[in-house]
Amino acid sequence: MKRRKFNLMLEIKNLHANVNGKEILRGINLTVRPGEVHAIMGPNGSGKSTLSSVLAGNPVFEVTEGEVTFEGKNLLDLAPEERSCEGIFLSFQYPVEIPGVSMVNFMRTAINEHRKYKKQEPISASDFLKLMREKREVVELDNKLASRSVNEGFSGGEKKRNEIFQMAMLEPKLAILDETDSGLDIDALRIVANGVNKLKSEHNATLVITHYQRLLDYIKPEFVHVLYKGKIVKSAGPELALELEEKGYDWIKKELGE
Amino acid sequence: MIIEQQYIDLYNQAKGMINRHSSDVLNAPREQAFADFQKNGFPTKKSEEYKYTDVSEFFNLDYGFNLNRLAVPVDPYEVFKCDVPNLSSLLYFLVNDSYFAKPGVGKSLPASVFVGSLKDFSEKHPDLAAKHYGKLAKTENDGIVAFNTVFAQDGFVIYIPKGVTIEKPIQLVNIFRGDVDMMSNRRLLIIVEENAEAKLLSCDHTIDEGRKFLSTQVTEIFVGKDARFDFYEMEENGVDTCRVASTFVSQEANSNAVVNSITLHNGRTRNNYEVTLNGQHAETHLGGMAIVDKTQSVDNHTFIDHAVPHCTSHEMFKYVLDEKSIGAFTGRILVRKDAQKTEAYQTNKNICTTADAKMYTKPQLEIYADDVKCSHGATIGQIDENALFYLRARGISEKEARMLLKFAFMADVIDNIRMDAFKDRLKLLVEKRFRNELAKCAGCSGC
Repeated sequence: MKRRKFNLMLEIKNLHANVNGKEILRGINLTVRPGEVHAIMGPNGSGKSTLSSVLAGNPVFEVTEGEVTFEGKNLLDLAPEERSCEGIFLSFQYPVEIPGVSMVNFMRTAINEHRKYKKQEPISASDFLKLMREKREVVELDNKLASRSVNEGFSGGEKKRNEIFQMAMLEPKLAILDETDSGLDIDALRIVANGVNKLKSEHNATLVITHYQRLLDYIKPEFVHVLYKGKIVKSAGPELALELEEKGYDWIKKELGE
Repeated sequence: MIIEQQYIDLYNQAKGMINRHSSDVLNAPREQAFADFQKNGFPTKKSEEYKYTDVSEFFNLDYGFNLNRLAVPVDPYEVFKCDVPNLSSLLYFLVNDSYFAKPGVGKSLPASVFVGSLKDFSEKHPDLAAKHYGKLAKTENDGIVAFNTVFAQDGFVIYIPKGVTIEKPIQLVNIFRGDVDMMSNRRLLIIVEENAEAKLLSCDHTIDEGRKFLSTQVTEIFVGKDARFDFYEMEENGVDTCRVASTFVSQEANSNAVVNSITLHNGRTRNNYEVTLNGQHAETHLGGMAIVDKTQSVDNHTFIDHAVPHCTSHEMFKYVLDEKSIGAFTGRILVRKDAQKTEAYQTNKNICTTADAKMYTKPQLEIYADDVKCSHGATIGQIDENALFYLRARGISEKEARMLLKFAFMADVIDNIRMDAFKDRLKLLVEKRFRNELAKCAGCSGC
């Protein structure tokens, strides 16, 4: 594996986390640098979504051990909103419907909170509308959807596109895509993946959490990790994803002596 | 009968003065109402209908009355800045329970229309007033209605004769002020005749903080055949103000009414709404919201009577309760045996944001017809944690996210309002309320 000589962006050391008293993550170690794309794969129940939730700061999960550093800051000390403002973005596996909160109001509030965090003035109405228009095109999101309540009545594919639209609006340094491919047909998958690729640069990084290889045909990772029983048990290049697609996860379990 | 005694004594001593400063129409039912009040007294928690709010407690204080109708020492048009500005030039005031209008207000109205003092109306149109006054608000069943009928000397009237439409919303502002703790007993009488139309926004404001106020209000609304009437009530009272309001609506065939109750800020509130659908194809929209915190309480008690076939009722009340506040909702819907093809839909949704806030809800559908569409749903819950995390994950602070979610919860109640200027203004007021920027009445120039 070749690694760029950039600074560290995300460093996870021996991360353990519980939900409702049950240990899900059992010592994760992972390093992500700017410009990198990592894929985290693994069978159901291995802890993939827990990892993404813990990184985004979901209070349902309790970190019991280990540390997470993001650009030199202790991430675990930060509230979810502070993590967002620092540049972490989670694309939800199940985006939440919020009737009564319009997409416009939601996005304007989010953008202004980010600007406040950076000690910038609130965005002007015309700049905001321009930004909305520009970023909508990244994922071909219909204007009609942008004028509705957050995710309310959106189809599965529209919800996922809406996630990437929000990502485009907030321009994160680290994007975590949690099962973004689930529930998408092939056209929606292509649109979502294109959106992610358009937003990629040498300054930001992407963590793709997925069960299947098919998203990785579009968003090409340099590093593939296998998460199993709360630990990363194997890391390799993109060829690992293809091998998993072909052979399933049983051979890894065998390698581990199960 | 200990709490009642001071009022019984007061009436016995002051009945001459009360009658002298009122009109024949208001005086006529007084003695019977007094007898009914002596018999029933104030409702207490022992009564099933009042079990969540001990209304008798509201009266257990030494309040001043203005039975001698001393002139209001202030000009409300000067001191009062409305929270819903520029809504209408048809702006009227009741200061405590005295009618106050600037000369010339309402001169744009057609001559056949009457908007103004109930006392003046009952002197000018005694037959019309006598035909309607006290006809929906019966004194024999309810101690509060009886009490109000005993002491009410004036109030506010809207009379829209057949076929007349008043496009502009009429606004009534009820102000409480006093140098001592005060009680006001006011009446509202609304007569919208066949194929007539009007809209009323009535707001309650306490001006003198630190004083205790109690208001009883009895409203009778007659909506004629093919007529349309919207009634919005907004309460922005101080924490030491108690309000007991009973509203009776009678709707004739093909009529359409909105009755909307908004409690933005209050002390203790009990609202009774009773809507009777008397004519086929009548449609009613009864609803509202309550936003309460501290130790405030709001109890909305509603009754919709589907007396005839082919009527529709939509009912929706929502509450957000913070700190140690208490809310109650009763939604009784009666579909009588012959009221086939009735459609009645009821929703009551509530959020308790603390473990100390309490909400009591009681849907109560009595359906005696067999070909109807009726539904009801009541929920008491908390802020949706998934939605909260979703908003925070986009950088929105927890405080702001909670505000957005509470506001969103009320969005459909606001959407039901059919008075655009008020609807827009209410969005702002609700947001301010959730941001704690409406801790007291914003209407007073002294604030």
